[in-house]
Amino acid sequence: MIKVNRKGEVWVFAEQHEGKLEETPLELMSKARDLADTLGVKLGAVLLGDNVKRLSTKLIQYGADKVYVVENGLLEHYQTNSYAKAVYDLVHKYEPQVMIYGATVTGRDLAPRVASAVKAGLTADCTDLQIGDHKTTDGELHDKLLLQIRPAFGGNIIATIINYDRWPQMATVREGVMAMPEPDVHRKGEVIVEKAHVSADELPIEILKEHRAEKKVNLKGARVIVTGGAGVGSKENFRLVYDLANCLGAAPGATRAAVDLGFIDRDHQVGQTGTTVRPCLYIAVGVSGAIQHQAGMSESQKIIAINNDRDAPIFQIAHFKVVGDLNKIVPMMIKAVKEKA
Amino acid sequence: MAYNCVVLIKQVPDTKRVTEKAMNEDGTVNRAALPAIYNPEDLNALEMALQIKSEFGGRVTVITMGLPAASAILRESLYRGADDAVLVTDRRAAASDTLATSYILSQAVKKLGKYDLVLCGRQAIDGDTAQVGPQLAEKLSIPQMTCVLDLLELSGKTITARRSIGNGWQEVKGKLPVLLTVTDEANSPRVAAAKCMMKYKKARSRAEVEAEVKGANPGANEKKAAELVDAACKALESQGLLIKQWDLDFLGADLQWCGRSGSPTKVHRIQAVVLTAKETKTITPTQEGIRDMVHELIVDHTIG
Repeated sequence: MIKVNRKGEVWVFAEQHEGKLEETPLELMSKARDLADTLGVKLGAVLLGDNVKRLSTKLIQYGADKVYVVENGLLEHYQTNSYAKAVYDLVHKYEPQVMIYGATVTGRDLAPRVASAVKAGLTADCTDLQIGDHKTTDGELHDKLLLQIRPAFGGNIIATIINYDRWPQMATVREGVMAMPEPDVHRKGEVIVEKAHVSADELPIEILKEHRAEKKVNLKGARVIVTGGAGVGSKENFRLVYDLANCLGAAPGATRAAVDLGFIDRDHQVGQTGTTVRPCLYIAVGVSGAIQHQAGMSESQKIIAINNDRDAPIFQIAHFKVVGDLNKIVPMMIKAVKEKA
Repeated sequence: MAYNCVVLIKQVPDTKRVTEKAMNEDGTVNRAALPAIYNPEDLNALEMALQIKSEFGGRVTVITMGLPAASAILRESLYRGADDAVLVTDRRAAASDTLATSYILSQAVKKLGKYDLVLCGRQAIDGDTAQVGPQLAEKLSIPQMTCVLDLLELSGKTITARRSIGNGWQEVKGKLPVLLTVTDEANSPRVAAAKCMMKYKKARSRAEVEAEVKGANPGANEKKAAELVDAACKALESQGLLIKQWDLDFLGADLQWCGRSGSPTKVHRIQAVVLTAKETKTITPTQEGIRDMVHELIVDHTIG
């Protein structure tokens, strides 16, 4: 661990893949900027790869004061050991006080490995980060700590976690919970190129094949989402969800239950283990509203819930409550929307 | 070639089944009222280890760090075909975060001696961090393959697996020993085998024996109770039914890295999620009612 360093910077791990920055680290930039400003320190982005220096410009435009670039042919493809070593070396050289990563598959593979090596604290899957004070039970005050806020216990509680003595304070942040900032094309920053002390020994894994699929649906960017739950009943009946979505220009979503039942592809899943969304309008069709689902959509501006069961938990967070048979209600909605069009 | 697998498992409260019984009056969850279960993705990890054993031979050892009650999931592992079970239990391990937990577990794995594969579930349903697997791998200085979907090949000292990368998958190859974290998409865990259940239903850890002896002999003094416990454990051991029980001293663990003092992350505050009552409009489920709702949403520009 590094000792508590009040002058330490706030860092974001700028995950990139094949020369393109991932969305999640960019989403983190405006929150990271706020944290850095509150602490009165600089914001740094950590960029690892091969031939990726040009991505620094974008990171600076999104708010970074500095970009630490570690370029090496051996870092071209992400691998746990090599990336963990590079980050470890940077952390010990520059002693940042905070380091945040997107809670992507890569982030959740890398961050704990780094935390273990550095012997620092790490909190997973945060939905919010703030700066605040903490008093221990002995009355010791630790001020200006990173408050790491996250759901736990399957989403049934919200925990605020702190780390006051084993720095850097590290956290992974869930996708889609922070809004993408507006880039400032006139922003200037510093690019610091660091040497990678990585050898072929630090590449114990060989990547044989890789297959990336473009997500079938863009839930995060959708203004309106129509989600079908287990109550829809079948893959064929999901047609109702698609029809309503189409006439509203909405994206079709699904609960985990509907996905597990084979009604629709996992890409459409909204919820704790799916995508977190905050659309203007969220229409829940045949959705009971389990906590894990609510965790992914409760911040929608307006929520319409349609369910036969008047006691369904979804009704407690819905703005519009429709108790009835979705097979009758959804066609009524489609008719009403088309009439007004 | 046979492979020795170590599987790390955890007993967790069933956070996915929050029914009325587990709800407090103020709408918060009564965690103590939730039933304790085998962490789901750990069952997938055990299944992967058992499939390796079926195909190649070797031993499967399960380890759990927890309260004596966690002996139950060790038994459930034996019922499914695991060969050895270890309970790591110690009051001083309480309040361990993932760093402290992975340290203690690494000491336990090192104590086992030689192993070829370490398997864990990707994450537990109470902490939801997915951190212990990778942190354990780092402490054992072995490579990790997280979010494993399929074991493609095991040949000599080489392992090839398919893992999830979020919006796709990757085929990766490495040299043993390796740590795998296994997702629930990897396989369908088998149920307990009747024969194994018959054999292991009497398996106990020392802590369980102590509780049983105390319950059956409330008047016995300490010395007598200890004698009874020793005798019972000896009998179990001779039948291969004594679940190994290790504490932090046995593991040679450095206490400053265990429990609360070994945990850099601490809880500042917990807020229960209350299903909030918002300003809810009840819509009549008729064409008129629906039409009015749609009209309202068009007027305020929610629907374009």
